[in-house]
Amino acid sequence: MNRSLVVDVLFWCFAAGSVVTGYLVFRTDSMVRAAFWLLASFVGVGAILVLLAAEFLGVVLILMMAGEMLIMAVVMVMFMMNPAGLNPMFMVHQHRFAVAAGVVSFAGLSVVALTADFPDQPVDASVDATAELGFELLGDSMLVFQTAGVALLATMIGAIALASRNGRFGTSDEGSREPALEIEELESP
Amino acid sequence: MTLETVLVVAAALFAVGLYGAISQQSFVMLMMGLELMINGALLALIALWALSTGGNPQGQMLAIVFMTVMAIEMALGFALITNVYRVRRADITEKLRKLKG
Repeated sequence: MNRSLVVDVLFWCFAAGSVVTGYLVFRTDSMVRAAFWLLASFVGVGAILVLLAAEFLGVVLILMMAGEMLIMAVVMVMFMMNPAGLNPMFMVHQHRFAVAAGVVSFAGLSVVALTADFPDQPVDASVDATAELGFELLGDSMLVFQTAGVALLATMIGAIALASRNGRFGTSDEGSREPALEIEELESP
Repeated sequence: MTLETVLVVAAALFAVGLYGAISQQSFVMLMMGLELMINGALLALIALWALSTGGNPQGQMLAIVFMTVMAIEMALGFALITNVYRVRRADITEKLRKLKG
């Protein structure tokens, strides 16, 4: 079978799969299942990236999102909807407006995609994209790469500071609790 | 697989994410919508890199910045959700009437 035909068939399978599973994220009746539908959507997009010759980024996206969605499922088990985020739920607001915004944005972006005149310069089959990215990361774009690392470090520090109950000068939520909530807590056994 | 078709798929992902981000009450589900929107943008970026710029390495570099943004959004989002739940006992957007503590 012709290679381009195989790539086309695979692309349409992954594209349809990622869009449908992305939609199911907001239609399923459990938050934990929603996290795994989102992971399926990301796997589809990662596979499309591999088909587009960005093998490294595709695999990294799948691995990164697998970890992220598992953390998301754990957060839901901790905080959301007893028991453990698996109860049926339908928690939407302004549904019509949301549907309209989605349809309008899809139509607008599709019109731009189909009518704009983009340069036609596909990546050469002989190019080793992963090796080129490696040279770019440790060469001309090293400063960008390092900045991303520093941003992630700052994020980790900020996340710990936000999520930690005990700050340096007392509890981190001191002064931010509504009086009614404190009274409720005092009255509760 | 042409540039236009990949961009339309990316637009569909972005639109579904926008629908989710606007319609969902739960903070975590709202974050899922944002993730889908960034996912669509990432797909469009890689499509432009692969099919329109001749595989310029800086395109992949920009995609790595996108993925960093995804990681930052999720990490800070979870930390904020933890804090809001602790302070306000709130896990849906309707329970927050003001952002100021």
